[in-house]
Order: sequence, then structure tokens, then C-alpha cells
Amino acid sequence: MSLLEIEKLNLSIGGVPILKDVDLAISQGQVMGLVGESGSGKSMTALTVMQLLPNGARANGRVSFDGIDILAAPEAAMNQLRGDDIGMVFQEPMTALNPVKTIGEQVAEGIRWHTGASRRDAEDAARQILDRVGLPEAKFPLSRYPHELSGGQRQRVVIAIACALKPKLLIADEPTTALDVVLQQQILELLRDLVDERKMALLLISHDLAVVTDMSDRVTIMRHGAVMEEGETAPTLSKQAHPYTRQLAQASMHVPDRQRPAPTLPLVARVGPEVGAAIGDDMEGTPPPLLAVEGVVRDYRGRRPSLFAPAQPFRAVNGVSFTIGEGQSVALVGRSGCGKSTLARMILALDRPTVGAIRLDGAEVSALPESALKPHRRKMQVVFQDPYGSFNPRHKVERLVAEPLHLLDDQPDAAERREMVAGALHEVGLAPSDMDKYPHEFSGGQRQRISIARAIITRPRLVVADEPVSALDVSIRAQVLDLFADLNSRLGVAYLFITHDLTVARAITDEVMVMHEGEIVERGPTAEVLDRPQSDAARALVAAAPDLHRALQRKLAEQG
Amino acid sequence: MSAATPASQLPGWRSFVGEAFANRSFLAGFVITLAIALMALLSYFWTPYDVTNLVVADRMKTPSADHLLGTDHFGRDILSMIMVGARNSIAVAVVAVGIGMGIGVPLGCWAAARGGWVDEALMRFNDVVFAFPALLSAVMITAIFGPGAINAIIAIGIFNVPVFARVARAGALSLWPREYILAARAAGKGPTLITIEHILPNIASILLVQGTIQFALGILAEASLSYLGLGAQPPMPSWGRMLFDAQTRMVVAPYMAIFPGMAIVITVLGLNLLGDGLRDVLDPRLRRRR
Repeated sequence: MSLLEIEKLNLSIGGVPILKDVDLAISQGQVMGLVGESGSGKSMTALTVMQLLPNGARANGRVSFDGIDILAAPEAAMNQLRGDDIGMVFQEPMTALNPVKTIGEQVAEGIRWHTGASRRDAEDAARQILDRVGLPEAKFPLSRYPHELSGGQRQRVVIAIACALKPKLLIADEPTTALDVVLQQQILELLRDLVDERKMALLLISHDLAVVTDMSDRVTIMRHGAVMEEGETAPTLSKQAHPYTRQLAQASMHVPDRQRPAPTLPLVARVGPEVGAAIGDDMEGTPPPLLAVEGVVRDYRGRRPSLFAPAQPFRAVNGVSFTIGEGQSVALVGRSGCGKSTLARMILALDRPTVGAIRLDGAEVSALPESALKPHRRKMQVVFQDPYGSFNPRHKVERLVAEPLHLLDDQPDAAERREMVAGALHEVGLAPSDMDKYPHEFSGGQRQRISIARAIITRPRLVVADEPVSALDVSIRAQVLDLFADLNSRLGVAYLFITHDLTVARAITDEVMVMHEGEIVERGPTAEVLDRPQSDAARALVAAAPDLHRALQRKLAEQG
Repeated sequence: MSAATPASQLPGWRSFVGEAFANRSFLAGFVITLAIALMALLSYFWTPYDVTNLVVADRMKTPSADHLLGTDHFGRDILSMIMVGARNSIAVAVVAVGIGMGIGVPLGCWAAARGGWVDEALMRFNDVVFAFPALLSAVMITAIFGPGAINAIIAIGIFNVPVFARVARAGALSLWPREYILAARAAGKGPTLITIEHILPNIASILLVQGTIQFALGILAEASLSYLGLGAQPPMPSWGRMLFDAQTRMVVAPYMAIFPGMAIVITVLGLNLLGDGLRDVLDPRLRRRR
């Protein structure tokens, strides 16, 4: 008999059906991967098992865990199960911990509540489990607060809380989505070791097929609240018998068709004489690169170690130099905290370098006052990661997309403005009628299109995209990457893609720069760097990047 | 605002009004507030009795057909006094909140936009103002300029400034790191324009809610000042002093306290409903959910 059995589970919230006839079974020691795009009901399935559903939810069907009928269990019985026999790891390590309690207290809390252990015994147990998840007491005493830990370390604390009482079932809801690839690999390894060691069952929820393939014995693929396909990982994903499985797998491995923009764009025609003079004699005849970053350093004021000691400056970017040519697509990859976003802000002239110069089209934008930046800002625009946070929720799409028009010297009148917005929306595959809607009326992928429309409305020559697809589902991601590639070849926009996701870099860029601790450690053609990384930092990134092909081959070898 | 989208502005405004009146709390709050305001306005032209006319023979009459809400210890008609007193209470609260918002919100937004020493200096000055009990300073102000409605308004208004400055700054600070603000900066907009276009509309709801709270507090503060004899001077009636006068006569003439008290409660309730409804209507995310 399986540890967890879900049969014909139907769930509706406020009368809206969320789950339809979901069947799922996990036996002891098994890893079940639950894959699907956002809104497919995978988190709701997990929350049903935990009975942590929102108000107004009605579930029927059968959910039994270890012989207990969960749907009929009273709240008191569920309190006994949660955190004891069933542990849960959440996606966002930043919000899953209580910021005003020490990590020791938070791990010990569950132990004391469930076992009635004394404070000291509970703390001993907490110490052990924290040591097991890679936070030894010598370096991470129990008295640490969550804000003193990095994202990966916090996720280890969350796992420690979930595993402290040796649960029979661990539910991990997108446990690594908020982490960079290297941390993702470490956390996944930790989860796998814990599962093996303690014979736990693991329900791993993810939108990333490569991660699930790597980790799980069986997969369940969900869409629109219903199970599409279920089976052993390797055969299911290699045969791709169900059309949706095939669609997901293809989207995960999608590489947009890119027509490389001809390197002989008529650059010279665009370069004015004043720029030519600025370059100097030695470069006579060759146009300046679109973007030149020269020896840029950025220091932040650090924390004071004590009241009287001087503050230690923190160097986020350390002596970075590179150039991007007209129409070129360059990826800047690196782990979180390596300084990529700081660099992007400086390129966008939202922040100034401590030392060094940034030239856009020959003009040193990093030295210009805000008032003189207007003509230069027109040439560069930005697309942010979070399709939810990058719009003022109170403005309609028309006004949002039209925002950069502020940079034009001749302000268009209302009719021209609407026309330009309609043009930009058309360009990104949205209808002109969408301009009278509010951003919350759109899905994540559509919002990212609006974000791109806003970025291209002034016909910039450089678009800086900060993790533009990492918040999107795989199929949406494929479409947005296609759009980026298409705009690159049609409009000749140069891109600086900031990402930790190497598949994105591979899909859409000509060159890759690898950044590590504030410095660029490697630069070269995309395929070259990703296939034969030279530096340690690049090797670590490449090795940690989940890859569906590789994962599937390994699984096939295991499962036959 | 006005130049941005003249074409789509009109239907938008009309649908906003439509939405607003479909919201029940907004409607209720609007009706109550309008009624109180109309009552205050009416008192300029007509009241059932003259409030300066003392008829000692009619003192402390219970409510009847002649005197709907009874009379006070000087025989004045309580309904008339409430009507006239509404002017005073509303004027004090409106102007005090106006002063607070008009000075406090720009200060708070400025502090948030500039940061650094501007922020530090403004906020420390705020702390200093906060450190004085409002009533004490009101006593000080009236000691210098003499008691009266105008001075009470100024005293209450000054102490609303730091409240709004803080609320505006806190709201604005949480918005500045948002990506859409970064995008606006990348679009070359300066701090003033960003504050007007992006910050203010997004903190309007918290300011409105704070405004209704301060409005209610303003009415109460006016009542306290009148109680101390520092507010509106007799014979000008005020709700606060009516309550004070009623205090010693609670047992014999409870209606003398009940009706002015109800006037205060209903006004505050109406304003709160109005603020609540406005917040729902102004927030497009909440609007869809209803």
C-alpha cells in the first residue's frame, strides 16, 4: 500500500473548480515529481494533502496518508501530522522564515510542539539537523537570525525545519526556483541525500522538467487541474506519449530561430562626427562600439564592524570592462550576488560607477548629469524580471507603454501616442485594444510582452534585460524568447541579457560573459563558453545547470 | 495628469463615478457626509431657533414637537446648536487635515525621494514636533494669540503635519525600489514627475485612510480644546462644548449628551465609510474582485 494515496480528488474554491479527478500515489522512499505550469493545480494538490487550503475551498474524493483519511481528519489531527509526519518546504526562503526569531528557535519550535521535548533537548535536536543540512554550529550558531543568512542557507534552514522530526513524506513546492543554479544543485543534492538516508517519500513540485527528471522516480504531469500523464520518469519523458508531455519537453528545450543580424549593419551612417572625434585617431574609420564599459568599479558603503571602526566598503563590481556592438546579443551570466544587477543599473545610468566610465555610442553617460541624459536614455531601455512588479498597477497599458515617450524631443500628441503604443503592442504580439486594460488583467507572459513593448517603443539600440524569463512558465518562456530573437533580427536591437539560466543564454545570445564576485572572468562565443568553460566559475555554472537531455539519458540508464 | 490622455480621460472618469456609487460603503459614507455638510450649510440660512437666544423658561426640555432634540440648560434648541456646531467641527477638521496633508505629504515625499541628509533632517524635525503633546502646544498657541476657532485650527493642523509626513514617507520609501519606478527612471523621469505620476497615486489609499482617522481625531481634538475653553468661543456653539456642558447634567438631561455625541459618532462613521469606499474604488485590483 502506498504512503500517500489520492483518488479522484476534486477541489473547488469559491465554486470555481481547481482540481479535477486527480489521482496520485507515492510509496515510501519514492520521489514523485509533480510537473505543470502555473495554475495547473500542483500547489493546490500539495496544500490539500496538508489541509492548508484557503477559505471557501471544498475538496472531495479520497486522500489517505498512512491509513489516515485526510479529508475527514479534524484540525487537531492535522496539526499532529503537519510538521511531524508530513514536512513542507516552500519556494521562497525569504518569506518562509520568521524574521524576528533565531534559526534555532524556529527549528526547535516544531520539535517541542510535537514531541513535548524540553527546550534543551529540542535545541540539541535542532543542532543535529542543522548540522546535517550543512549549517554546522561552529559557523552557524542557533542564535543566528534569518537575515544574517544567504538565500541558499535560509532554504537549508527551511529544509531543517521540515525534516527535523523525520517525516514520512516531504513536500517540496518549487524548493529551488528562487535560487541560482549552483545553489539549486546543492539544495537538490541535500534533498536527495535526506530522502535516501531516511527513507522518506518526496513530493517534488516543479515547473522545471530537467530538475524533476534528475530527481524523481516517477512523474505526474498536470495541466488545468487535471493529471495528463503519470509514470516512471525515464520512459514517460523519453516516449512523450501524451501530446502535452511532448509540448512541455519541447518548450523546455526550445531554441528560437535566430537570423544573426548581418555584422555589416550600416553603423557608420548612424555615427555622428562628434562621436568620431571622441574616439581618437587610432580608431579612425571604425565606429565606436554601441556600449563600452571601461574599468568600472562600484563600491557600496558597508556595515560598520563596531561603533567607532570605519565602515568597510563593499565592492560589488570590480574593474569590469567590455564592449557590445550594434545588434549584438550578449549574455551576462553569474550566480546571484555576483554584481550583475549592479552592473546593469550602472549601464542604464540608474546608478553611477565609483571608478571607470560607461560609454553609450561614444558618449560617456556615466559622467553626464541627469538633465543631459535624456537623448542617451532613448537609446537604451530595460526589461525587468518580475512581470508583476514592473508596472504601476494603477495605470492602463497605454500609459505604461507610453512612458519612455517622455524621452522624445517632440512630444507626440494623444492620437500619435496611441498609434505608437498600438504599434509597439502589435510588435510584441498583443492587440492594440489591450491598451485600455490594466496590467492585472494580463497573464505573466503577456505582461512580459507589455514590458518589452515599453522597452522598444522609443526604438532603442540597446535593451538590458534582467532575468526577463526566469519568472515565466516553460512554454511562455519559449514564446518570449522567440519574441526577443525576432525583435533582434527585425529591429537590430542589441541585448544585454542578465541571467543565471544557461539555457536562456544558449538560446538567444551570440556571446557570453561570466561574472564572478564582481569581475568578468570569462568571455567568448556562447557555444564555446558553455561547452568548454575555462574558468572555475563558468565550469561550476555549466555543471550545475539542469539539462533535460543529460538528465534524461542518465535516468534512462538507471530505469532502463 | 490632464495632458496625458485627454481622449480616454472622460469615459474613465465617468466609469469611476459609476464604480464609486456601486460601492455600498462609499455610497453610505457619501450620503452621511453630504447630509452633515448640507446641515452645516443650511444653518447659515435657517435654524429652527436662534442659538443666541436664551429662553431660561424652556431650560432642559425633553425632546418634543417644539424642540425635536430638546433644549439645554439655557433653553437653547439642541437641534439648532448641533446644526451650527457642525460648521465649527467640520471647518476645524477639514482645515486641520488640509494643513496636515498639504504640508506633510510633500515633505514626506521629498524626504523619500531625496534620502540622505534631507530625509534625516526632515524626519528629526518631525520627531521634535511629535515630542510636544498637541494639547500643550495648543495651549501655548492660544496663550500667545488668544483663544478662538482659528487658533485651534492652526494648533491642530500643525500636529497633523508630522503624521502625514511619516505616512507619506513610509509609503513612498517602499515604492522607490519597485521595478516600475526603475523603469520610469530609465525613461528619464525626474523625482518630481515620478512622485506625481507613480508615488502619489499608489500612496493615495493609505493617505485617505489616514485622512479619515485624522479627521475624526480633529473633531475630537476640537472637542477637547472647546472643553478647555480654548476652541470656539461662546456664543458660537460647538459639539465639544455641548458635550462638556452636558457632562454635569447627564442624569437629569441625558439627551443633552446623547445628541451631540451621536452627531460626532455619525460624522466620524460617515467619513470612515467614505474613506473605506474610496480606497476600494481607487484601487483597480480591489475593484475587479467585487
